[in-house]
Amino acid sequence: MAMEQLLEVLQKEAKLSTAQLAAMLGEKEEDVIKAIARYEKAGIIKGYHTLINWENTDAHRATALIELRVSPKKDTGFDEIAGRVMNFSEVESVYLMSGGYDLAVTVTGKTMSDIAMFVARRLATIDGVLSTATHFVLTKYKDGGVVFHSDYEEIDERGSNLCD
Amino acid sequence: MIDYNSIVNNTVRAIKPSGIRKFFDIANEMEDVISLSVGEPDFHTPWHIREEGIFALEKGRTRYTPNRGFLKLREEIASYLKRHFQVAYEPGQEILVTVGGSEAIDLCVRVLINPGDEVLIPEPSFVCYVPITQMAGGVPVIIETKPENEFRLTEEELEEKITEKTKLLVLPYPNNPTGAVMGRKDLEAVARVVERHNLMVLSDEIYSTLTYGGEPHVSFSSLPGMKERTVLVNGFSKSHSMTGWRLGYAAGPKELISLMTKLHQFAIMSAPTMSQYAAIEAMKNGDEDIAYMRTQYDMRRRLILDGLNRIGLRCFEPKGAFYVFPSIRSTGLTSQEFCEKLIYSKHVAVVPGDAFGASGEGFVRISYCYSVGHITEALERIEAFLKEL
Repeated sequence: MAMEQLLEVLQKEAKLSTAQLAAMLGEKEEDVIKAIARYEKAGIIKGYHTLINWENTDAHRATALIELRVSPKKDTGFDEIAGRVMNFSEVESVYLMSGGYDLAVTVTGKTMSDIAMFVARRLATIDGVLSTATHFVLTKYKDGGVVFHSDYEEIDERGSNLCD
Repeated sequence: MIDYNSIVNNTVRAIKPSGIRKFFDIANEMEDVISLSVGEPDFHTPWHIREEGIFALEKGRTRYTPNRGFLKLREEIASYLKRHFQVAYEPGQEILVTVGGSEAIDLCVRVLINPGDEVLIPEPSFVCYVPITQMAGGVPVIIETKPENEFRLTEEELEEKITEKTKLLVLPYPNNPTGAVMGRKDLEAVARVVERHNLMVLSDEIYSTLTYGGEPHVSFSSLPGMKERTVLVNGFSKSHSMTGWRLGYAAGPKELISLMTKLHQFAIMSAPTMSQYAAIEAMKNGDEDIAYMRTQYDMRRRLILDGLNRIGLRCFEPKGAFYVFPSIRSTGLTSQEFCEKLIYSKHVAVVPGDAFGASGEGFVRISYCYSVGHITEALERIEAFLKEL
């Protein structure tokens, strides 16, 4: 089976049934079930999430991107510090970056000041962290490949050209 | 008060409207309608192509182009046709850029048809061939293709309709609305008849990039001896999601292209300039877009086919375009009744098959130019609809 194709479809449409996936890919359903189980076991499929636009809810939520400059450890490089950073439940993602800083960390909290306090108390104080720069997310236009901002949402303007 | 009916052209007045207006009016007034009815891609024109259109505007390139279209564009079209379909056309004299494939069809018919000439039109097919023939003074002769042949045109069906007056055969494959394709063998059989009876062919290949399941599209003019008998019509609308740019082309014998250009220059002057700049980019760097969109359509095609067969609407496997054409005979309803009931009870819009010719009765056209989520939702509603019948 075209593994990449299955993964690409799943990445966009996690709610499809295995029968529907099999039909789309021209495979047997049992093979699709096996392949998904294999990907889950191998850590290729890491989970199934729902993309929520929190801005449209009453929930208080703030997100920030934090640039961390760190000094890598002699034996473990960046891995050890990254491990410490990602242990915090406030941390949503941690990427090792090329360029002007080392770790890109996404943090969510109830308010901006929660996040600021978290960075100051928890991240900045980790041994090996040289500096932090916190950038608050003001609005999400697009996330996970999906347009969030209603001004930019797709409107299907197609009509029938068979009408007259 | 002027009685306009008495002064207008009789032929135009007599042309039947497509008859599904009422049906779309219903759809437009409803909320929460899931439509599977349109005949154009849901993909946007790829950005690199749109950008070339924008650049053309920014640079003020907004004047007429040569009547035939920019030579650069015709060269790129020639290269594209050679690359994808192994047909060689000389860009200087054998290609004309038109306002959509439809204009090319109209020009071709008007150039070839004298009053009384018969034009063979396989149906079900797109709605324009009959009125265009009538406007040219020709006589449309319908060939009803059959579901047991997967709506392909057979040698026998063709032979049966030929008379002394037959001038032109329209070959609308890959087909809207059935999704039928003609393979090489099918076309070779048609070519034998065409040769034998000295016919001309209008090959409308607007869906040529959208074929699935292995065998790539075969251009009719690539068959031995057929190039001199064929006007090939194609365009950018379906292959590059460029419907609104209104750009297509005809490729054929230079004598015919030259006469078509004569009509085009008086009625149209030249196809839209910004669109032509965008189209050059589409021809040069658009092959990956084509492959991507085809892959996406193919997955949706299999999804919807599987879904329809599962819920009991028998459907042959369409190998082209972006439509499925299931039989609804098992419901005991006519196509019109089926579509009306479906939209009233479940707010799902599909097109009655008889909109594409009488032989489409008993079928509906379902388009899969929609997102996977949209398609699965529609399938669920159709399933519920069938259960309630």
